[in-house]
Amino acid sequence: MATNGTEFESVRTVSVVRHYKLGRSLIPAVDGVSLAAGRGEFIALLGASGSGKSTLLNLIAGLDRPDSGAIVVEGSNLATMTSEQLAQYRRHTVGMVFQSFNLVPTMTLYENVELPMRFAEVKRRERRARAEEALERVRLTDRMKHRPSELSGGEQQRAALARALANRPKLLLADEPTGNLDSKTGTEIMDLIRELNRTLEMTVIMVTHERPLAERYANRLVFLGDGKLVGESINELEKIGAAR
Amino acid sequence: MRAYDLIELAGRNLREAGLRNSLTTLGIGVGVASLVAMLSLGIGLQKLATRQLGRSGLFDTVIVTARGDSRGPRFSQAAPVTGQAKPLDDTARHSFEQMANVAEVYPNFSAVGDLRLEGAQSAASHFSVVGTLPQSARNSEAFDDVQGTFFSGGDAPEAIILSDFGRELLDLPREPRGTDVKLTSEQASQLLGKVLVLKYHRREAGESAPLAGKTTKKGQRDPDDIDSPDDQQAQDMQSFNLVPRQLKLKIVGIVASEPNRGFRQGRTPVFLPLALAESLDMVQAGELWSTLRPSETKTYTALIVRVARSKAVSQVEEDIRKQGYSTFSILDASKGITRFFTFLDLFLGIFGSLALAVASLGIVNTLVMAILERRREIGIMKALGASDGDVKRIFFFEAGSMGILGGALGAGLGWMIGRVINLGTNVYLQRQEIRPENFWYVPWWLVAAALTFSVFVSLFAGLYPASRAARLDPVQALRHD
Repeated sequence: MATNGTEFESVRTVSVVRHYKLGRSLIPAVDGVSLAAGRGEFIALLGASGSGKSTLLNLIAGLDRPDSGAIVVEGSNLATMTSEQLAQYRRHTVGMVFQSFNLVPTMTLYENVELPMRFAEVKRRERRARAEEALERVRLTDRMKHRPSELSGGEQQRAALARALANRPKLLLADEPTGNLDSKTGTEIMDLIRELNRTLEMTVIMVTHERPLAERYANRLVFLGDGKLVGESINELEKIGAAR
Repeated sequence: MRAYDLIELAGRNLREAGLRNSLTTLGIGVGVASLVAMLSLGIGLQKLATRQLGRSGLFDTVIVTARGDSRGPRFSQAAPVTGQAKPLDDTARHSFEQMANVAEVYPNFSAVGDLRLEGAQSAASHFSVVGTLPQSARNSEAFDDVQGTFFSGGDAPEAIILSDFGRELLDLPREPRGTDVKLTSEQASQLLGKVLVLKYHRREAGESAPLAGKTTKKGQRDPDDIDSPDDQQAQDMQSFNLVPRQLKLKIVGIVASEPNRGFRQGRTPVFLPLALAESLDMVQAGELWSTLRPSETKTYTALIVRVARSKAVSQVEEDIRKQGYSTFSILDASKGITRFFTFLDLFLGIFGSLALAVASLGIVNTLVMAILERRREIGIMKALGASDGDVKRIFFFEAGSMGILGGALGAGLGWMIGRVINLGTNVYLQRQEIRPENFWYVPWWLVAAALTFSVFVSLFAGLYPASRAARLDPVQALRHD
């Protein structure tokens, strides 16, 4: 996977630093991480709890701002964006899935998938078509009118994936997407993410602490420890799988 | 975010916590209702007072008398004396008419006559004061519920009578209380179109006066004559004759209250058109003075200057005074009344607003609760691309909706409270045999203002919760507990 040419580059972080205040001391959650992801690449961020992987993901998602350094996604630097520009970036460029699904409990699946398109000011008719298409992609068309509480964990995460796809982002960020699922459903979700990665050529950055899962699906494994990049490995198995 | 999406999302949130939001909205409603009720009471009372006073035509009227003339109405007023004293004659009348903001000028007219209904069973005649009405009196409030019509012209031989006098003509008993009771339509039809015979005395120049031929209505006289001793003697001897006359008048209108009452003293139950009355040269009460103090020109006892805008009264009054006349207006009194009602409205408004202020705290409370409850949802929305502004607008819209709904509810409620209290009081008044009055008045602008105020207060209350929701850190909000 080429990661050097900007033309093929989706995400690049340059010496990103993010501190948290804990009492009087500053805790460096992310401490000078430089990382690049090519278009269509599937990267797994691995590390123990508190290694800073989720913080890095939130920074790339534009939910948080770095204290120093640059995050360039699809050619724009998030560090210099206004909060309105960041919101716009979240709307159009990234889709996110979370460990706890984060569906709005009072809305049906359809409404949940429709929600990001409301913020993106997509026209009603097109919204309907896109939401149906996204739900079909995750095979939940028949559950469209159900509320999240009426669904299994796997179905909820699939709905969350459909929602992440609604605005056709170039980048999919997943924060422990299988953390709340049993291994069988977890595998289903991961299969689905890989399918999206391949068919829609979305760049995927996934945070996980399950190394086997990462090795099975990601092109590249990035290891974080104490907020620093501690290692990187190209997944040979995956390469073979991808070539096949 | 588009407007309809905003409305839909906010509406969904409002429905989601239906009971809580309904109670908050009800709170706003009660607040607005108390405000509307209080203010409509104030406005109603003010309207009642100004209606009673306005009916009298006091506030746009300046009474002009000649300085040192004791014939006309006298009012104690410490007016600064400027300019030369001048006679109150036609020249003065015309000069007043030319002044800015003056709607009309007409003489204070009050004569006495003997009136009889032609063809009535009882031949009884009624000795009565006869007044006049200028054509502009058509717009006076007394004519709002006139039976019949106004004069067909300024010099038409017609009469407008008070319903009280109508009862007298019909030999009906007087109303025990309250003189402003209308005639029944049956009674009115017995009078309208009928002929009233007026017996009066016309003032004609006496034969003994050498100036008889010249002392016409206008009373112009050659000033050179004054110095001649013959004339001096003649002037002292000047007199006039009272010639009895009779005139038939058609009754065209019956009103319950005296139109253009102004500063008229006593009760005037019969009115003639102004031009007609002036042409009759009826002997007026004040003119008896003239027999003792003969003047060379015809002068008026008093002129009534009606001002186009009540705000211009003081200016007009000042201008007339500068010309050398005495004036009187009730402007100061009206200022006092306006001031009193401004304070009353303010006082009532503050009390009414208190309830709304308490209710607005309810909005703050409800929305802050909602932020705590929807913390995660706000985080999700932000992660999905909602801007701070979007989140703020959703909360703002929720606050505004509660304001609009509460305002509408409150305006309706306030109106109803007003109606009920008004009705209740009038039932009581009727039992006391007092004429029912509408002292509760809810003008449209008050409803609109209450709604606007309610929305404004609600939005103000939503300011803090909305900006707090907008500032919410999505990373914190989405952190699983």
